[in-house]
Amino acid sequence: MDRDLRILVVEPDPERVQEIIDALSDTGWSDVRALAQISALDRTVKEFAPDIVLIDLANPDRDTLEHISYASGAAKRAVALFVDQTDATLTQAALNAGVSAYVVDGLQRDRIKPVLETAIARFKVTHQMRSELDAAKQALQDRKTIDRAKGILMRQRNMPEEEAYTLLRTTAMSQNRKVIDVAQALVTAADLLA
Amino acid sequence: MSGTVLNCGYVPLVDCAPLVIAKELGFAAEQGLDLNLVRQPSWSALRDMLALGHLDAAQMLAPLAVAMSIGMGGLQAQVDALMVLSVNGTVFGVSNSLQVDVQSVPFGDANGLLAALVKRNGPPLRIGVPFHQSMHRLLLSYWRAAAPDLQIDTITIPPPRMADAVAKGVVDAFWVGEPWGSVAVQQDCAQLMMAGRDVWQFAPEKVLAVRRDWVDSNQDTARRLMRAVYQAAAWLDASQNKPLAVEILGRSEHLSMSPDVIDPALSGQIVPKRGAPPVNVQDFLQFHKHAATFPWRSQAAWIAQQLGADSTGIAKAKACFRSDLYRQNLTDIGVDMPGASEKEEGALRYETAVASTRGYLILAPDAYFDGKTFDFGPDR
Repeated sequence: MDRDLRILVVEPDPERVQEIIDALSDTGWSDVRALAQISALDRTVKEFAPDIVLIDLANPDRDTLEHISYASGAAKRAVALFVDQTDATLTQAALNAGVSAYVVDGLQRDRIKPVLETAIARFKVTHQMRSELDAAKQALQDRKTIDRAKGILMRQRNMPEEEAYTLLRTTAMSQNRKVIDVAQALVTAADLLA
Repeated sequence: MSGTVLNCGYVPLVDCAPLVIAKELGFAAEQGLDLNLVRQPSWSALRDMLALGHLDAAQMLAPLAVAMSIGMGGLQAQVDALMVLSVNGTVFGVSNSLQVDVQSVPFGDANGLLAALVKRNGPPLRIGVPFHQSMHRLLLSYWRAAAPDLQIDTITIPPPRMADAVAKGVVDAFWVGEPWGSVAVQQDCAQLMMAGRDVWQFAPEKVLAVRRDWVDSNQDTARRLMRAVYQAAAWLDASQNKPLAVEILGRSEHLSMSPDVIDPALSGQIVPKRGAPPVNVQDFLQFHKHAATFPWRSQAAWIAQQLGADSTGIAKAKACFRSDLYRQNLTDIGVDMPGASEKEEGALRYETAVASTRGYLILAPDAYFDGKTFDFGPDR
């Protein structure tokens, strides 16, 4: 295991950065630096001279990072895009996990691969956690909307809660829509008429 | 709706309008396409997603498509421009403090502005651009080359952050696509000095890009996509449709921008400074008129040359602007095709009637600010 690779992680979320750094150092790389602010990127790339830069695929700062690689031109520390088609499986895995990597030109592929695999594994987990969290938040939000819609029906049509829900559900089914959509429409309409 | 699902990447800018209109007004559906517009966080991401097959097509910076095809920087892939999506549409603006040095220069005076900037003493100008391989950056380099004494540092900044960057003093000036110039003016942190067309009057800004292997194996889908986008572009350029276009784009989930920042680009009424009356910039952003969608091979050649390509690179660039497919796929819906697929770039100073299949084609001026012309023959 080569411990001398210098890895820079660009990520604004401090918790996520720590997780990635921990994952990398657990696997044997300790020379890892994290950067939250892209404004310091130019200087950091020059001073720290990373062999690999890891950045979220969806991070808009990628364009700035790429520019720095052009700006450094023929310099030894030129950063080149690794995500290419030469290793299709690895590339697709990186894309699916949402990580992109930039490596110094000439760095051997067998040295890059394990770093990227570790990063992919880590990114995958955080992505999954994020989407689960989003789903949970959405479910909670939907619940509230449906409760409000039920409340409106109970008040306006003077029906018990169970009946109100049944009405929402049968309306949704007959219109080929989701219960939440019908509930949302009712809440919006009630707000407009209020 | 059922139809062929087509994943098309875009970056939320006013000039993605042809794609949004193709979807929202049903031009795509009429062609049996279920156009799925996929917003991209950066040009790098859009490029990777297209190259690696996660997108079928994309709204792409014209120079990025050329750069990918000739293997310069980033990710190499054979990418073809099926048609041009928009011509012009960018602005150059300066910070309030730099404005003091150039206040005597009227809007749109590219030579005067350059002269005023050269006269100014101080550290190199920091100029923000959205991406390295963009028409913004190429026009900036081309323009600056006329004043070798002017020292500049270009800094890449995502367009939505351009206003913030100029307000915070990260850049002294910027070259950006609308609405982000108008947004900076609204926030009173910059003054616009000229439009992209003041440096080159007919610059292909964005193209409809696909992978060559995709178009080879999806010829029918490509044809239907081109027809839908062509019709959307034609609809957009009709002046009576502009107010509705602003409203549709403003309402669209694809852009999430208020109509008042979309309007200047579509109407050509550019407000250079907060509170000032608008300047009418003719052909500020074009989608259709004057064969705007035609992918001239000479445009690709000019881009390649500015990117520093050699003659092999220029030949590859020409081949990726698919005027052949444009002719093949759009002739039978009545599109007036130019007699040639290359022109002498920069040679037209006035609107000029040219040879075409139906005989009605008038090309718009395409002169450069310095009067140079570029002939990439031989098959003109």
